Amino acid sequence: MFGRLLQSLVLLVIVSIIGFVVLNLIPGGPLAQYALDPGMTQDDRIRIAAQLGLDRPLWVQYLDWASGMLQGDWGTSFRDGNPVLTVIGRHVYATLLLMGSATVIAVSIGTWIGIRGATHRYSSFDYVATVGAMIALSIPTFWFGLIGIYVFSLRLGWFPAGNMYTIGDASVMNYLHHLIMPSVVLALVHIAIWSRFMRAATLDAISQEFVKTARAKGVPERRVIMKHVVGNALLPMITLAGVQLPSLLTGALVTETVFTWPGMGRLFLDSLGYSDYPVVMGLLMFSAILTIAANFVADVVVALVDPRIRLA
Amino acid sequence: MTNNPKTGSGLSRRNALGIMGASAAALLAPNLLGKPAFAQTPPDAPSGRIIVGVSQEPTVFNPLMPKIEVDDNVHFSVFDALFRITEEGVIVPNLATEVPTQENGGISEDGLQWRIRLRDDVRWHDGELFTAEDVKFTLELIVNPDFRAWRTTGHNLVRDIEVVSPTEITWRMEEPFAPYMSFLTETFIVPAHILGADDNPNEAAFNRAPIGTGAFRWGQRTAGDNLTLVANPDYFGEGPYIEELIFRYIPDMTVLFTQFQSGAIDLVGRAYITQDNYEAARNLPDRVVDLVPATSIESIYLNLERPQFKERAVREALYLALDRDSIVDVLYYGLPNQTETFMPRQSYYYHDGLPTHEFNLEKARQILDEAGWAPGSDGIRAKDGVRLSFNNSTTTGAHLREQAQQFVQQTFRDIGVEMNIENLPAAVMWGDFWGMSQFDSAMVGVTYLIAADPDVTNRFHSVAITAQGGRGSNTGQYSNPEVDALLEEGARTFDREQRREIYLRVQEIIRDDLPYLPLFAYTQVMGRKAGIEGFVPNTNTRSETWHAAGWYWA
Repeated sequence: MFGRLLQSLVLLVIVSIIGFVVLNLIPGGPLAQYALDPGMTQDDRIRIAAQLGLDRPLWVQYLDWASGMLQGDWGTSFRDGNPVLTVIGRHVYATLLLMGSATVIAVSIGTWIGIRGATHRYSSFDYVATVGAMIALSIPTFWFGLIGIYVFSLRLGWFPAGNMYTIGDASVMNYLHHLIMPSVVLALVHIAIWSRFMRAATLDAISQEFVKTARAKGVPERRVIMKHVVGNALLPMITLAGVQLPSLLTGALVTETVFTWPGMGRLFLDSLGYSDYPVVMGLLMFSAILTIAANFVADVVVALVDPRIRLA
Repeated sequence: MTNNPKTGSGLSRRNALGIMGASAAALLAPNLLGKPAFAQTPPDAPSGRIIVGVSQEPTVFNPLMPKIEVDDNVHFSVFDALFRITEEGVIVPNLATEVPTQENGGISEDGLQWRIRLRDDVRWHDGELFTAEDVKFTLELIVNPDFRAWRTTGHNLVRDIEVVSPTEITWRMEEPFAPYMSFLTETFIVPAHILGADDNPNEAAFNRAPIGTGAFRWGQRTAGDNLTLVANPDYFGEGPYIEELIFRYIPDMTVLFTQFQSGAIDLVGRAYITQDNYEAARNLPDRVVDLVPATSIESIYLNLERPQFKERAVREALYLALDRDSIVDVLYYGLPNQTETFMPRQSYYYHDGLPTHEFNLEKARQILDEAGWAPGSDGIRAKDGVRLSFNNSTTTGAHLREQAQQFVQQTFRDIGVEMNIENLPAAVMWGDFWGMSQFDSAMVGVTYLIAADPDVTNRFHSVAITAQGGRGSNTGQYSNPEVDALLEEGARTFDREQRREIYLRVQEIIRDDLPYLPLFAYTQVMGRKAGIEGFVPNTNTRSETWHAAGWYWA
């Protein structure tokens, strides 16, 4: 366990160095956005860069940033003027809301489709589910999003065309109304992923000896499936959940853009566009920590649930 | 312009009426004509809200710090400058009571001594009285080397600032600098009693919740989503007539237009309705869509230090080989205006008598032949070992520009010129590649004026070539001693008529020199819900909310 932890820390340091260097290698930098301002001269840009400390050698900048991180100071956003953690914090809840609801939809429907597809293999349901999943995985989310907006917002007027809430009406119902379309659109892809994985895991479990034994003992089919098959099929899904968990907090870029959802994905894109180094690095570390932690937790949970597996 | 202190802030309603009447024909789309612009009267007390859709997020709230245009939307509403500039380019008093001139003694004959008289009835949003100390503090803060100031041009010439009384301030300029008056229309005054009390103005709490004198007070910000400003009932000027002014951030242009269609936003500002959506926008029910001439000029911008472009004959031939009409009509839906100059058409200094561009491939070939640029075995011309071949760059993803590039590439090829397209991501393009003149040529939209002043020293004076050790934004490396001398004279001259003569001449020379090849002057497509009154487009400012105090729902 301690070895795994140490590995994770080394990994974080490597990620931070690579991230920092790559980010700073991109020509342009945070002041490129002022290039076409007729009043702002190259001199002005050089002066501001010096005030921001960008004229120091890269390794000095890195050490400065890293020592700040170790003391819990993630830096200050160039663009926003707020501490990086505040900036990230302001976007996390929007992402959690969207990704959380999409995940609930995806897991419940995806699991059901997967199990039903596996237990009714080669039925028309299974074929429809398979083709449906292929379509959902192949068509870009923004297309679903735009079609959704066109049909349900502009034509039918059932749902708002975007945003988290109507300004002036911050009621729960209003949030829910705004949440439905983006979370369903986002869930489409995840339903496809979950259903395919669940189908494979269920099929795997069905072929196990203990299932045959249970059936031979005369246990009703429904009970066999629910207790022996589904229970065991869900085990590998813990790992999948571990992989998907970080995205719960790091956001879905495309969906957030199409539905003007103020989440982490859009924050990342914006910050990259403005070369807002402190925020980009903050998001990178945030997502790296989450990914490493989620994988770690998933491994631990699997080991706890399945006695055959032991952590190295 | 008015000297009436009661209406000296920005614009009075009567003033705005006059401006609307005078300029409606030039500025507003035909669908607005025929109905009176101000048929209704504003409400007695602020009511309702207007949601402005913006494609970039406002994040900089200290108006003196590095900012982009969308931040100015907030600054114009929360703060005031000493002066404002109307959409006709006339400077009017705002926090000041009069515009200083040499005639009224506000500016000395030699242009060095300035005296500004201020209003005595202005209060900060926290109730403190605005005084000359605030102006002094603001001007000193901008040039404080520890402060991360936006731009310092002009301000760095100010010396010996003296507060004569709470309503009068004087200073001396290191050298006469006429454009400074325009710069002051973009210099928002900040409170000395708040920012001055902070050890580090770069990190002050004020920067996240500003306190100004403007028509709207700071409300609240939901990062990544919207920013709400609320009416300042104690505003010294006209309005405000709405309770809330809200900026909603919608990064994607297509989505922004969709939200305009669905009614989620009330007003779309500059250039946020893309040209290809103009027809669709115009046909929406209950929406008003205006075409407003913009200040930025699209051109093929040349790096004149490249040996290919040093000869005027080459630049003229390239200009002749540009099929501008097709680019404007086919690619840009016929919306932009033809132009021969960097000066915006709506400017008082615009030269309307310059030679008109002609698309003539035969003539282009002839000029190159006569200049000794002979076609090589591959059909590309060369002279003295220099091939007439160069790169053209723009930001990746700008699909209309990319199409225009391909089109230009073909017509250039027809006269024996090779233009290779090499596009770069915005972050790369606008770094040293642009700033330090590392490009051959670029397809860009450039704004040449600062705050609508005709002075273009930054873009065309030889001392502004950063790549040659200068200070400025002359990235095309244009150098002409006559233009240099004229620009210096223009900056020293305060008389409007005299300045006009100078800048007309500058335009003539530059049209002849062709340091860049103009393609067109941009037109902005602005849209709003029917029922929003008091909206006056003003491309002399960087913000469509330059006078949101006058907006109201009819």
